[in-house]
Amino acid sequence: MRDVVIVGVGQTKYGEHWEKSLRSLVVEAGLRAIEDAGIYSKDIEAIYGGNMSAGSTTFQDHIGPLIADFTGLAINKIPALRIENGSASGAAAFHEGFAAVASGLYDTVLVGGVEKLTDVSMEEVTEVLSGEVDREWELFNGATLASLAALIARRYMLDYNVKREQIALMPVLSHKHGSLNPYAQFKNTLKVEDVLNSTMVADPLTMLDCAPVSDGASAVILTTIENAKKWKKDSIVKVKASSVASDYIALQSRENITRFDSVIEASRKAYKMAKLEPKDISFVEIHDAYSIFGLISLEDLGFFEKGKAGKYLEEGYGNLDSKLPINPSGGLKAKGHPVGATGVGQIVESILQLRKEAEKRQVSDPKNALTLNMGGSGGSAIVHILEVVK
Amino acid sequence: MTIPRFWREFEHRYRLVGTKCPSCGRVYFPPRDVCPYCHRESVGKMKKYELKPTGKIYSYTVVHQDVPDFKFIKPYIMVLVEMDDGPKITGQLTDIEPEEVKIGMPVKAVFRRIREESASGIIEYGYKFVPL
Repeated sequence: MRDVVIVGVGQTKYGEHWEKSLRSLVVEAGLRAIEDAGIYSKDIEAIYGGNMSAGSTTFQDHIGPLIADFTGLAINKIPALRIENGSASGAAAFHEGFAAVASGLYDTVLVGGVEKLTDVSMEEVTEVLSGEVDREWELFNGATLASLAALIARRYMLDYNVKREQIALMPVLSHKHGSLNPYAQFKNTLKVEDVLNSTMVADPLTMLDCAPVSDGASAVILTTIENAKKWKKDSIVKVKASSVASDYIALQSRENITRFDSVIEASRKAYKMAKLEPKDISFVEIHDAYSIFGLISLEDLGFFEKGKAGKYLEEGYGNLDSKLPINPSGGLKAKGHPVGATGVGQIVESILQLRKEAEKRQVSDPKNALTLNMGGSGGSAIVHILEVVK
Repeated sequence: MTIPRFWREFEHRYRLVGTKCPSCGRVYFPPRDVCPYCHRESVGKMKKYELKPTGKIYSYTVVHQDVPDFKFIKPYIMVLVEMDDGPKITGQLTDIEPEEVKIGMPVKAVFRRIREESASGIIEYGYKFVPL
């Protein structure tokens, strides 16, 4: 396998983009990544686009060619594929792009992620996005993704004697960092009481435990280390690990609902591939689509003991100046969660941090980064580890 | 949606018919054609198995969201029930007030109307849980 490096990143602001369409969002992010890489469109040999729901939210499918077309690449007749893997579509697209360059199939690829959710009503969005869990045996009976997260939270609180307030620390942390990120959907900070007193969604989780509905796009350029040197890039970040794991899609089929076996397996493989351990990681971008997902993931990634994540957050872990900065971007909760863009956006943030271009939210002197993008209620998990080469 | 999407699941949704692996004895609901533990040993040999309708609440939540098919009954209780036969099942809990629900509470599955497609559309039935 060849080394794969990231030489360009681009993203739109995440949020409600009433004036922008699916295609204009992805073009904006894609062109920024190409410009950031300082390369030409002709250098791109393939496109991998992460997207979950374009067919249901904009009635537009076949968006691989659509992306190629409006980024001006259709004229080159390059392959352009859409990758769907629920909320982990973005990281899945990145994994495919990584595999293509690592294998030698292509030298330089564009990986993009995009979601346009505000073209349909909030009710329809809830229905469509819930499609990443079991339609016939969970949703049919009245479950939603948020209610599954609530089932997890209730059991977790009981099994590990965790206080509700400790779960609320996750959105508080994400908003603290999001307030410093110009690309974030939300710039307000939160207190624990704000989370507890917010509109109830699925008891015990409130609206502020849940990531928002967002539009947005992110993109990165992957290439070989030889190309990066030839193009005289000041900063080269290598993909040290790219790892995907699947689990039972329905919560009910899992032996234990207070851990994500997909996260445990994806991270185990990633640490092995990168020859690193949790203690070596400079900072993490995790998938806090629901507060409880964030807490449990931190444990399953090997950073904290089972049931203790909330306690560590109480002690100040997660802050930018702590031993383990968590979600410097603001995470899914505050930066936003344009589903298919989310996993790619986590990588964009990691690159900005590793290049020390993250301004007010800069983590001090990071060597590497770990990102976790999850699908559904843990039906899949994708872990990437990135490291500065120069 | 077409009608077959619902009638092909009738026996599973109306009578809790799942499958049992003849090799290891594990019971599955919903039914599976392959046992994840026995793989090839189980292919073509999985047997239909009607679950006992009883179990205990493993976790629960009260849903306050506007879910298109369920907003007229909100707030409603969703439970994950650990069935006496082994599998866990996701469903609604009814005939009880939300504040009375507890993890570990014994419940049983009953036949109920789940939702209606529209005033003149398909009426879908299935299981809900009630306190035992």
